Amino acid sequence: MQVTVTINGEAVSRDVEPRTLLVHFIRDTPGLTGTHWGCDTSNCGACVVLMDGKPVKSCTILAAMTEGHEVRTVESLEVDGVLDPVQQGFHEKHALHCGFCTPGMLMTSRALLDENPDPSDLEIRTAISGAICRCTGYKNIVAAVRWAAEHEATTRQEA
Amino acid sequence: MQTPGPFEYERATSVEGAIASLQRLGPDARIIAGGHSLLPMMKLRLANPEHLIDINDLTELAYIREDAGEILIGAMTRHVDLLGSELLARHFPVFRDAEEVIADPVVRNRGTIGGSLCQADAAEDLSAVCSAVKANVVIRGADGERVVSMSEFHVGPFMTAVGDGEMLTEVRLPLRPGGGSAHEKVERRAGDFAIAAASAALWLDGDTIADAGIGLSAVGPTTIEVTRAEELLRGQVPSEDLFGKAGEIAAEDCMPIPDGRGPADYKRHLAGVLTKRALRRAAARALHQEA
Repeated sequence: MQVTVTINGEAVSRDVEPRTLLVHFIRDTPGLTGTHWGCDTSNCGACVVLMDGKPVKSCTILAAMTEGHEVRTVESLEVDGVLDPVQQGFHEKHALHCGFCTPGMLMTSRALLDENPDPSDLEIRTAISGAICRCTGYKNIVAAVRWAAEHEATTRQEA
Repeated sequence: MQTPGPFEYERATSVEGAIASLQRLGPDARIIAGGHSLLPMMKLRLANPEHLIDINDLTELAYIREDAGEILIGAMTRHVDLLGSELLARHFPVFRDAEEVIADPVVRNRGTIGGSLCQADAAEDLSAVCSAVKANVVIRGADGERVVSMSEFHVGPFMTAVGDGEMLTEVRLPLRPGGGSAHEKVERRAGDFAIAAASAALWLDGDTIADAGIGLSAVGPTTIEVTRAEELLRGQVPSEDLFGKAGEIAAEDCMPIPDGRGPADYKRHLAGVLTKRALRRAAARALHQEA
């Protein structure tokens, strides 16, 4: 079936099997491999993208189900060489090691800050509770999201 | 790589259209809502529908409202909205208790109450919640609607009263005075299915319990309604001793099996303790004494 998905503002169209999962559509069709394909069971959160602004696990959504919706991937965060505050926060606070969980963590954090610009540590931990990181112990990730919250305005201004 | 087996996909644009498609396509067609139970089942080939009918566009089925002495919840209402609803939290706080521990926030952005109930996984939380609060569900087919109670709804493991060519459209929670409710769950790790969970609801008339509901998750082939404990509670004055006895009955009447989540005697013990705790908290809420 012909499926058209709007990914980072661009309509991407392809003839795929109905069973094609969104994560594979994103990685294979426009070749946006920033979205990681992890556990395949909606547990690990590496594949999180935003669908109409809300974080969803793209391994457990059919590409066909997202036609008519706006999908946003990690590639959309950096604009003209300027990192999104959450990306900058991960850099400043050393919130990644192997990097596998990072795209999902970034998108989940971005969605949190869009909804709640000043989250507590508990709110951050709750928001990322659907994403698994085996390197950092989460402490630096929480610090990175706090950094992003505190620098959101200035980072945006500079951009 | 886990991918579902092949199927045909279509999007419903109305409830009537979804039902017409179900009737046309027969028993190998399934409705997909959030998909966070069905797609994993399809990846594992535990479910192999030949047709999926996507009802995510049916936003008319996404609502929580009060009407004529009932709270009405549309089948497409997502977990995130059940968790956030002040109306629901005011009348049935058991929903917020459960939603806080169902999967994780990202999964809760997709999963729906209709999907959770129709999946009818005995380990799923909302089935126990709906049993405890004596919910009724509306099942619609080509010939109209029927309303069934939760005890009629669960007919076996992963089996419900929803027949071929029918779909669940609404959950109805009757409002009665003096109500309090709570959900208690123990899981291996955050967001996991329960090792055991207990939902309890009480309706007080003055000092005495006018009615009670207890639903258990993950300790039997289906959601367990502990009717013997409900009978014990009716007409009694709430007390620790009474709730302890109700918990003992819950432990006796559940039917857990040993698995990776624990041995049967441990789950039986948990069912008893969690029933007692849920009743205690439900009573405190009914009496507006919750700390």
